[in-house]
Amino acid sequence: MLNANLDELTTTDNNNSAAEISGIKAKPLKECIIEIVSDAGEGAQKAGQSFGSVSAKMGNGVWTVEIIPAEVQPPARSRAGASGIRIRFGSNKITNMGDEADLVVAFNEQVLYGRIEQDAYKAGTIILIESKWKNSKVPEIKEEYAQALNEFKERGFDVREILMEEECLKHVDNPSKGKNMWVLGMLCSIYSRDVTKAEAQIRHTFRRKSEKIIESNLRLLNAGYSWAAENIELKFQIGSEMKQVPRLVMNGNEAVGMGVMAAGIEVCSMYPITPATSVTHYLSEVFEKSGGLVHQAEDEIAAIGFAIGASYAGKTAVTITSGPGMALKTEFIGLASMAEVPLVIVDVQRGGPSTGLPTKVEQGDLLYAIFGQPGDTPTVVLAASTIEECYHFVILSRQLAEAFRMPVILLTDANLATGVQPFTRPEINLDSFSPPVNQSPWKKEIRPYEWDEKTGISQRPIPGQADGMYVLTGLAHDEESHVAYDSHINQLGCNRRSRKMAAIHKTLTPPKINGDESGDLLVVGWGSTLGAIEEAVSLARKMGGSVSSLHLRFLSPVEPGLEEIFKRFKKVMTVEINYGDEENDPLITQENRRRTQLSWFLRAHTLIDVDFLAHIHGQPMRPGFILQRLKKELGL
Amino acid sequence: MFGLQSECMLHVPEQYHTLSDYEGAQPRWCPSCGDHAVLTAVQKVCREKQLPPEKTVFVSGIGCSSRFPHYMKTYGFHGLHGRPFPVAEGIKFRRPDLDVFVATGDGDCCSIGAGHWIHAIRYNMNMTVMLLDNEIYGLTKMQTSPTSRKGTISNTHPHGSILPPINPLITTLGVANASFVAQTVDWNPAHLYSTLLAAHSHQGFSFVRILQRCPHFSPNLFAEEISNPDLTVLLTHENGIEAGAEVKKMYKNSLEHDPADMNQAREIAQREDLIPIGLFFCDPSKEQYDKYGASNIGFSPQKKAAALKVEFEKYAV
Repeated sequence: MLNANLDELTTTDNNNSAAEISGIKAKPLKECIIEIVSDAGEGAQKAGQSFGSVSAKMGNGVWTVEIIPAEVQPPARSRAGASGIRIRFGSNKITNMGDEADLVVAFNEQVLYGRIEQDAYKAGTIILIESKWKNSKVPEIKEEYAQALNEFKERGFDVREILMEEECLKHVDNPSKGKNMWVLGMLCSIYSRDVTKAEAQIRHTFRRKSEKIIESNLRLLNAGYSWAAENIELKFQIGSEMKQVPRLVMNGNEAVGMGVMAAGIEVCSMYPITPATSVTHYLSEVFEKSGGLVHQAEDEIAAIGFAIGASYAGKTAVTITSGPGMALKTEFIGLASMAEVPLVIVDVQRGGPSTGLPTKVEQGDLLYAIFGQPGDTPTVVLAASTIEECYHFVILSRQLAEAFRMPVILLTDANLATGVQPFTRPEINLDSFSPPVNQSPWKKEIRPYEWDEKTGISQRPIPGQADGMYVLTGLAHDEESHVAYDSHINQLGCNRRSRKMAAIHKTLTPPKINGDESGDLLVVGWGSTLGAIEEAVSLARKMGGSVSSLHLRFLSPVEPGLEEIFKRFKKVMTVEINYGDEENDPLITQENRRRTQLSWFLRAHTLIDVDFLAHIHGQPMRPGFILQRLKKELGL
Repeated sequence: MFGLQSECMLHVPEQYHTLSDYEGAQPRWCPSCGDHAVLTAVQKVCREKQLPPEKTVFVSGIGCSSRFPHYMKTYGFHGLHGRPFPVAEGIKFRRPDLDVFVATGDGDCCSIGAGHWIHAIRYNMNMTVMLLDNEIYGLTKMQTSPTSRKGTISNTHPHGSILPPINPLITTLGVANASFVAQTVDWNPAHLYSTLLAAHSHQGFSFVRILQRCPHFSPNLFAEEISNPDLTVLLTHENGIEAGAEVKKMYKNSLEHDPADMNQAREIAQREDLIPIGLFFCDPSKEQYDKYGASNIGFSPQKKAAALKVEFEKYAV
């Protein structure tokens, strides 16, 4: 949809002198989507990540998203086993994975079917396919391959067969390891990438491997590059139109990990869970050097209990998990709220309920994060909508947790976790690191929960502070932290803890509106759908649609002014990746329709009807999917 | 000349802590509950060791015995049912200067928190753990506990409990990295005190199971053993717990047991004819997870910033 016509997107003013390789003039493009798909373990992701990094280093906007099979080791040549990566890159900032791909490199034909089922391609998509299968000694494979190629051509794909493995064999003995680097070389040639940057990237990626392995990969990279220059007539050039500022390029989980360090947090307590764990893989490697440690607990409950213990005894700690882990942590989150222990909880959302879709994206934990507790549990809930925010929001979460003495839940998701995007290199601010643990004597007359009447805020004594001794308890307690079941004391405690939410709310400003301040339709989103929503809104506006969008970062307390903003639009609609009944489903009425989480929440919050667009395909939201609905709503 | 040489200066503590410095709220346990005896013994240990109250933290879960922190005038953490260990570990991880005690019950430790218990033994962080085991749920009114003997009549098993009990000593001794395992009883204050003192002095996870009665729901437990000291066997050894002459006089039945001998410790723990009290096992050389936790504390913001900058460089474009 977006890239139906490449010509439409080509730059007219090509400020980079068009690269010429082997006499073919490179065609300038504004942006492009490519994929590499293979069986699991063939290194497609490594090649794609390298390609993304090289493009970012060349000044392009980049968004990469991993294509992950559900199983760890799915059978070879299976449709469900498609493993790989999509890279969307362009001369300007890229904020989402886009719609159909322009070009795909496939290591076999079966994995392509897996992607076709997800509408990853369109008529005209160029398919560069490993063609060794047509010479297979297994008749079934030969047959499958031939049949698939016919079908691909019927679908209008531009299929080009390449004997990739045979080419690799000219340079190495075992092409099963390293074919991905040959493919990287080929893509570097097709898209006029700076091959020396790719070489540097390979050296970085394989930094823990032997020089022999690095040399072999470099040889394949160059071989792929040369081969493509001589044998493929496809040549494109994607320049940079962005202001060149120092940038960092990483995925959302790495950004969270770096945010943990930048926040001055010193304990990250976790239990392995997809897709959150890679935050701690990253931290485990580098955290010690910045004065922190990762604790791998025996289970999710212990992980948060440990973090709460560490917070109680000193510096605010973090625990990182995903949906099922959040469910297990429920009771401890309640304790942190009740006993007012500062704590940062990062929830990298995946598909639910139950074990659900471990590797896939969903925004299904919103209402759980806000309300998922017995009793009233004021908790701050933030959602990062970009990889950059994954970094900055950890610092913010730590500060809020401490200032307001309460747990802060930071929601990210599987799309942000594995998506790679460059962002402006942050300033390192010494004030962002947590202060040293206060060990000066406590003023005896200050009670451990000396709630400020107006804000509910109180100062907490930390073990080691003389005269500050108190017993923290999850039971209802008074300002002395004495267990008290008196009716008025429970009322008072709940009131004071709730008041902190109002105090935070006071510090927030209304969300910025993308587009006009009033109009026919307002799209409201949260989390990783930001880029897709804004792209779709921008396209609809170009078509003449009266549509704007806003994106929430603070969900609890929710950002102010929403009712007033909503009233300026004829219709309000959320876009979310979680479940809601379709209007036309059997038995569904306005009364019993179960709504998506943000729309449900906003209806209750503003008393204004809020419709929604949602899917739970386990896929990131695509701009084309949103645009289709916008066109319908706006009569475009 | 009369006087002290400078190198002979006496170390005089700034403040001498008396028992009252450790006495918190008035205990609300039932009269004659074994918990009272444990509380008194612990306060004496604190005084003996002159623990600064502000550097001492009592952590507990939920249950009668988990009210313990409220009755100490130290820092306390009365958390969730079954979860005192993760909290205590988190407290100790980056605070080697804090003295951490855990008060837990048979339901808290051996049932809902059993998973944490196993791993707490393995982490072997320096803390003193008191399992107040009265073989019954008291706070929730007489339900079967995992340490209730088979056939125990309770509100959940009115016809008698079905399963054999967990033996917390055998379980603890069976976990890799166990470093200190002892047993004592609530009805012998001298042995109780000596055991807790030894536990506190041990570097590592000191696990003390304290046999006791619930005056309401298991009042007749150990009635025979209390009236007849010969049904108790006192473990003695030069590396064991020195309980004093009175205790030795009371318990004529004694057994020389080297706490380094794990196999014999496990054999003794299995005995059902007599109650063994004393030190079953001790090995201060076991790996301690809190030493790892304290390995990189106190980095300055400048040092943290430098480390972060190195990371930025790796990801810079």
